[in-house]
Amino acid sequence: MKYTEEHEWLRPEGDLVVVGITAHAAEQLGDVVFVELPEPGPVEKGAEIVVIESVKAASDIVAPLDGEIVEINEALAETPGQINEAPLEAWFFKIRPADPAALEGFMDEAAYKALIG
Amino acid sequence: MAGTAGSDHDGLACTGLHGLHVELGAKMVPFAGYDMPVSYPMGVLREHLHTRAAAGLFDVGHMGQVILRGPDRVAALERLVPADIAGLAEGRQRYALFTTPEGGILDDLMVANRGDHLFLVVNAANKAADLAHLAATPGLEVTPVTDRGLLALQGPQAEAALARLVPGVAAMRFMDVASLDWQGAELWISRSGYTGEDGFEISVPAAAERDLARALLDQPEVAPIGLGARDSLRLEAGLPLHGHDIDTTTTPVEAALGWSIGKARRTGPRAGGFPGADRILAELETGAPRRRLGLRPEGRAPMREGTPLFDAPEGGRALGQVASGGFGPSLEAPLAMALLPADIAPGAQIWGEVRGKRQPAQVVSLPFVPSRFKR
Repeated sequence: MKYTEEHEWLRPEGDLVVVGITAHAAEQLGDVVFVELPEPGPVEKGAEIVVIESVKAASDIVAPLDGEIVEINEALAETPGQINEAPLEAWFFKIRPADPAALEGFMDEAAYKALIG
Repeated sequence: MAGTAGSDHDGLACTGLHGLHVELGAKMVPFAGYDMPVSYPMGVLREHLHTRAAAGLFDVGHMGQVILRGPDRVAALERLVPADIAGLAEGRQRYALFTTPEGGILDDLMVANRGDHLFLVVNAANKAADLAHLAATPGLEVTPVTDRGLLALQGPQAEAALARLVPGVAAMRFMDVASLDWQGAELWISRSGYTGEDGFEISVPAAAERDLARALLDQPEVAPIGLGARDSLRLEAGLPLHGHDIDTTTTPVEAALGWSIGKARRTGPRAGGFPGADRILAELETGAPRRRLGLRPEGRAPMREGTPLFDAPEGGRALGQVASGGFGPSLEAPLAMALLPADIAPGAQIWGEVRGKRQPAQVVSLPFVPSRFKR
């Protein structure tokens, strides 16, 4: 498992990467009430592709790397509260990285824990 | 993801319960110059639902408490507000508005007749301006109350919980006020609130504030509730928030608050005499160009404050913008309030532009959730 500075977790699954947000991020957001997921297709790193609305505010999730969105978690739009209840299971999308080695550059768990203190 | 910095109360004022909030694990945020709890570990959604089902304790000590004395206090206050203060019986409280000469709303407030004085509760953000406004009015001896905290206990089980400590509250009706003793401390209690639920607001001497809050939290019905749920509760109850739904550019009639203007201030010898009376009384007769109404967006995406509104899915007429909006946990749906042109009535469909896309919303009358006051 790898982590981004934007508080996403990245889990390799074959040649794909599954993306969600960390428990820390979910806790900071508060109760999530709405999720807008991207369409499958190519995305560029940094593009705002997911909208999350909590009881408090709207936030964006960015594409963590260049690649192609191949699958989205449709069920999450129906049960956005899962992001708070089980953030590691509440995946948003699966992306096929343009560069198969792209995951190497991200934080490991120790580095992410140091980031959030 | 942005905005994950911790809170910092440097430069912010604290209520007497600040330490308790921190002990309870609250997430603290700056609000109206105070470091205040936005939520506790229970979270906004469950805090909201708990208040509707049982009882929630809110620290509203950031709000302004003011005593007005002077033999002409009633007539003097009526020169600032369109509410009927002369008709307010001892032991009763009434909702009022400070109006501007243009007919706008400087602030909304509660006025209680406590016998030899009037007791006011004003919004935290407007406290200093309201005090200056009162002090500039001949006939008012204005004393800000700075040695008391203010708690709100709200919900269908608020009476059961509070009556165990202060039995006298059981006899109070909605908008009654009373001075009642708790362990030697004189509490100034009103049966009112800002959630649409039955409940109480309790002014408590600073020395007893923390003990009273603890004693209430020890009651099985009571959980601490933060500002996040306070906002979603008042939104579902259709209650306006000054600075958002009402301000100096909205009149009482536009804001659907004409009910707070007493009959005696509309016609007869005490009619008018408050700032903006010409415009406000005329609008009571003939209607206002805009009206505060509710919106129920389709789907789950909230329409937040500032969302532009239109009368068509493309092009069409601009109808203004959302005044306050979010997600209603009891409705399990998004909800919003807006000042809409007078020809837009409940039942109409309009569109709000969220992230560049127009989403349909149904115009509805307020409140979204029926109020449950003890009349």
